[in-house]
Amino acid sequence: MMASSYNAKEEDGQLSGAAGSGGVGAGKSKKPDNTAFKQQRLPAWQPILTAGTVLPAFFVIGLIFIPIGIGLFVTSNNIKEFEIDYTGIDPASPCYNCSQTLTWNSTKPCVCKIPFTLEQSFESDVFMYYGLSNFYQNHRRYVKSRDDSQLNGDASSLTSPSKECEPYRTSDNKPIAPCGAIANSLFNDTLTLYYINPNGTESLVPLQKKGIAWWTDKNVKFRNPGGNNFNLTAVFQGTSKPVNWQKPVYELDTDPENNGFINEDFIVWMRTAALPTFRKLYRLIEKKNNMIPTLQRGNYTLDITYTHFPIQCSDYPVRRFDGRKRMILSTISWMGGKNPFLGIAYITVGSVCFFLGVVLLIIHQKYGNRNNSAEIPN
Amino acid sequence: MCMYLHLESMCAGEENWVDSRTIYIGHREPPSGTDAYIPQRYPDNRIVSSKLIIDTPTSPITSGLPLFFVITVTAVKQGYEDWLRHKADNAVNQCPVHIIQHGKVVRKQSRKLRVGDIVLVKEDETFPCDLIFLSSSREDGTCFVTTASLDGESSHKTYYAVQDTKAFRTEQEVDTINATIECEQPQSDLYKYVGRINIYQDRDEPTAREAFSHSSDLRSTETHFDLQFSMLYANTKTKKSYCIPIEYVFTDKTGTLTENNMEFIECCVDGHVYVADAICNGQILTGTVGMDMIDSSPGAGGKEREELFFRALCLCHTVQVKEEESVDGIKKGLQPCGKSSSVYISSSPDEVALVEGMKRFELMEVLSFDSVRRRMSVIVKSSTGEYYLFCKGADSSIFPRVIKGKVDQVRARVEHNAVEGLRTLCVAYKTLAQDEYESVCKQINTAKLALHDRDKKLAEAFDVIERDLILLGATAVEDRLQDKAADTIESLHKAGMKVWVLTGDKMETAAATCYACKLFHRNTQILELTTKRTEEQSLHDVLFDLSKTVLRHCGSLTRDTVSGLSHDVPDYGLIIDGATLSSVMKPTEEGSSGNYKEIFLEICRNCSAVLCCRMAPLQKAQIVKMIKTSKEHPITLAIGDGANDVSMILEAHVGIGIMGKEGRQAARNSDYAIPKFKHLKKMLLVHGHYYYIRISELVQYFFYKNVCFIFPQFLYQFFCGFSQQPLYDTAYLTLYNISFTSLPILLYSLIEQHVNMDILKRDPSLYRDIAKNSLLRWRIFIYWTLLGVFDAVVFFFGAYFLFDNTTFTSNGQLMTANTNMMFGNWTFGTLVFTVLVFTVTLKLALDTQYWTWINHFVIWGSLLFYIIFSLLWGGIIWPFLNYQRMYYVFMQMLSSGPAWLGIILLITISLIPDMLKKVICRQLWPTSAERIQRIRADKTFERVFTYSHDSLLEESQLTSEA
Repeated sequence: MMASSYNAKEEDGQLSGAAGSGGVGAGKSKKPDNTAFKQQRLPAWQPILTAGTVLPAFFVIGLIFIPIGIGLFVTSNNIKEFEIDYTGIDPASPCYNCSQTLTWNSTKPCVCKIPFTLEQSFESDVFMYYGLSNFYQNHRRYVKSRDDSQLNGDASSLTSPSKECEPYRTSDNKPIAPCGAIANSLFNDTLTLYYINPNGTESLVPLQKKGIAWWTDKNVKFRNPGGNNFNLTAVFQGTSKPVNWQKPVYELDTDPENNGFINEDFIVWMRTAALPTFRKLYRLIEKKNNMIPTLQRGNYTLDITYTHFPIQCSDYPVRRFDGRKRMILSTISWMGGKNPFLGIAYITVGSVCFFLGVVLLIIHQKYGNRNNSAEIPN
Repeated sequence: MCMYLHLESMCAGEENWVDSRTIYIGHREPPSGTDAYIPQRYPDNRIVSSKLIIDTPTSPITSGLPLFFVITVTAVKQGYEDWLRHKADNAVNQCPVHIIQHGKVVRKQSRKLRVGDIVLVKEDETFPCDLIFLSSSREDGTCFVTTASLDGESSHKTYYAVQDTKAFRTEQEVDTINATIECEQPQSDLYKYVGRINIYQDRDEPTAREAFSHSSDLRSTETHFDLQFSMLYANTKTKKSYCIPIEYVFTDKTGTLTENNMEFIECCVDGHVYVADAICNGQILTGTVGMDMIDSSPGAGGKEREELFFRALCLCHTVQVKEEESVDGIKKGLQPCGKSSSVYISSSPDEVALVEGMKRFELMEVLSFDSVRRRMSVIVKSSTGEYYLFCKGADSSIFPRVIKGKVDQVRARVEHNAVEGLRTLCVAYKTLAQDEYESVCKQINTAKLALHDRDKKLAEAFDVIERDLILLGATAVEDRLQDKAADTIESLHKAGMKVWVLTGDKMETAAATCYACKLFHRNTQILELTTKRTEEQSLHDVLFDLSKTVLRHCGSLTRDTVSGLSHDVPDYGLIIDGATLSSVMKPTEEGSSGNYKEIFLEICRNCSAVLCCRMAPLQKAQIVKMIKTSKEHPITLAIGDGANDVSMILEAHVGIGIMGKEGRQAARNSDYAIPKFKHLKKMLLVHGHYYYIRISELVQYFFYKNVCFIFPQFLYQFFCGFSQQPLYDTAYLTLYNISFTSLPILLYSLIEQHVNMDILKRDPSLYRDIAKNSLLRWRIFIYWTLLGVFDAVVFFFGAYFLFDNTTFTSNGQLMTANTNMMFGNWTFGTLVFTVLVFTVTLKLALDTQYWTWINHFVIWGSLLFYIIFSLLWGGIIWPFLNYQRMYYVFMQMLSSGPAWLGIILLITISLIPDMLKKVICRQLWPTSAERIQRIRADKTFERVFTYSHDSLLEESQLTSEA
């Protein structure tokens, strides 16, 4: 039954109980206008939520959600993902040495090689991520420690960055570009991937470093100062590099389209993660040939090059705060990356709705008639 | 402090002359020329004080904008009102007044009046306040004034000029006055003013000292006026917050339940009864209509008494005859100036006698009416030189003072009339010898001259004078019940409210009225707690007896409480009078009064109707207070029309004034003013019910939506190192409460109607749904809060699991082919916020049961506005902002499939529990309103499919009877 009705009220147009007109000095009447709105007589649709009305809704939700959930779950399960931790906590780990401060000669970069095996081949495009744990990119003082005007290429902000950047605002009396704590802590491990051919030789897996940032970030939000001047060295003249960086911002890449503020690694890093455990897109591995999988099954080596920090510490230092570093390889589907939660949640909610529908049906059958019949003869 | 007022001159012509003391402060002048004065409103600075956190996580704009918004709205409103007031003030301040300077009349703007100016007021003029009445063109130095501009009372009041100055009648004469005025400090009572005038004939010595009291001046300074109003305003403010449902209704009788339109029914002179018809012909037909005659033929003595009786009626009042050109005008010139209690002898059975009376008697003194003495007297001098004192008043105040006359017969008649529900009045007289009269005069004048405690001294003097009277007889007038008063009372009863009638009338009269208006039914068992009973037994015993009776009934009641209040159990009605009440309330040494009070309350609690008669105005308030502060803290409502109800109206949670014949005192002090008692029904049962439903939803929804809003923020702290990182962007924080979710609930609280008006009106028992504050109890509040917490947890952890440990990415197909971009913390917040806005709005949509086009517009409009705002907010690099954190965040989110799926999923999960709860509660434990809705809905359904002609109206009537 559809429990609703249209109702246009015909009230006697008498004065409502609210303060009436002035009795004595009836010059001005305070009587409200006799309009449908002021007399609360607007025509209205009066739906009622009853078991009868809600029942179909529950069944429909159940019937829609369960297939969606199954679809999502299957899709998510088809996504291939490989994850490897290279923090180097374990002394047996190849990266143990590199991750220790002051144990290696600080004049040359430390490289560690981690071998791994892919049990299955990755057929479609593969996305390579780095993941950090226990890294609070969402800390309030961290999140605000940036200057969007500077990153947008504003000349005045370049020379005098926002106060928010403190204490990473100036160094040696020169403004830091890019200023702030986020930029200062840019992830700077270099990951390279080698496929070990069955004959034992290593071949470099081509990694594409462009196209990993939002298009709008790359093209609108982040701009190098100086407009179309590609001589970034000149543009950034008079600024200082962030204290933890080894190279200034204009030497991040040799490609002028991926250098300075519009370096995509930098842009990705600047989008602060929501949660302390996060992963960020690092490289793309594009499928070249329909015949050959993007990543064949077999043995691989991950080379991690620790960038040299001249002063304080060795690698990208996560061990001091119990952090973890990971490398993730993953394919994607229409719904993005591997996400079992959504599928499971849809299936659960769909089932619960269906179940509730059945419960309501029972209630409706059992008590629905009783109510109607019990009231009227009384 | 004394104020000295130098009077320079005095004068008169055809006009009334009044001296002035005017003080203008700013533009606070009450526009005395208009009826519609604007109440003084002080800016209410109810602005939430902003928190003082040293290191605030939000930008100043976030906290500042809502504040700014509130201030702006308030400022605009205040400014507009100020401007209106300013305009009204200007009009008043510039209105011309005539003043006397050096013996000449000069026109001035009223704002240029100075203290000490003498103002000339002509007939039918509006004049400034704060004047002392010096002299009048009338011989007797009186003038008639209406105070409609001040308090709305349009009746004419007589004011008397100061005795020593009323002789100064022309401009020149007035100019010669040299006097000072001593008076008390300004006080809040509008109608009281005590002062003394010293008139100097020569340089130094005051030659005459004359006291004047409230009757000889017109005053109210601006400061008082403000005081008065700020007080009232404060009252209104605090009381509005008690939003119904009412449990106790206290009502006045005269003028509230009844018309306050007295019709003369009969009179009884010396035991002979005369009914109205016989008298109305202008002749007194003795004997023809005697009903309970004790002496069948009145002798010569009787005749004399009769004459005296009518003479007393004619003289003993304050009805004034205004002098017109012709004698024919007398009738229409009758101007009742009496106070509230005086009986209007309206059309003229006594016309001849009246004129005769006026000719033959000279009025010497008026001992005016007050509600404590409950009587008034006049002293007249007849043409033969005898002095008479005529006294009339309530029987209880006359009988003890009578020494002669047929007391028993008259008393019997009075009681008979009272049982009939008529209002009775007794008349008595005594003759005074010359020397007696002089001593009386002296006493009164001494009392009148007193500067302090004048009222008390006057009362003492009156008490002495009004003694040893001779009873003449009694009159009875009928006061009809107001239209639909009985229906209203019955409805209130059905709605589960306890109705108390508080009246100053005597018990029998009041009880008759109560039966007539169905406060008591025939099967109501009446419990009496009156002086009559307490004379026989001790108060203690009576109370215990009654409570025993009631508790027996109470025991049976508790068995029935499951099924609500059953109608089969006999009702109890209690009658108590003022004297007994005060002894119940009076604290005794042993401290047993608390005990009495408790027993009394216990009895009252079990009586559906209570009648309190013989109540003084203050006792009314006392009763209301007693109930209000009893242990259940019920919500009380008081309704009344006269000045004597003001205390009770102010005391009750909700005060209602009836704009009746007794001026606007009650209406001015009330929260709501209505013209008739019957409007109370619609006001409580319909509007009260609606308002309660609306306000309870409003309050709880506000908590709910803010729990939903802030709790994820709280949860987020566990994941951001407790660094106070805001989850939502500044703009969202700011606009959530002021634009995204404000209008739907505003509209809901304006127009929601869960059941139609006519059904609510027809079926008062629906009010029981909301009895005892059922929608704002802890249980319901906790439910809402838990729902809010649940929803917040769903929002947050839903988003958390979407983001955490998985690659929640967007297929940025729109942007570039096949790229996969990561989402940051702002996308996380935006996702939560989007789910939040949708859930909270849709939750209200589920609650709304009355969908007008405005609801549709506002609910869907709010959601649309959110989307448009978000698109715009993230669509541009905003030049004036120093951060661009939201740039394209919303669009990127929407371009991702999982985000859509996640949003839909989370909204569904959040709404399901509430929907389920609603449906199951409705099915298994429906309220009466829900049953009615159901039946109506079924009926509509049937009608559509079977073309049945049963009208909905009949159907719902059927249910209401069920």
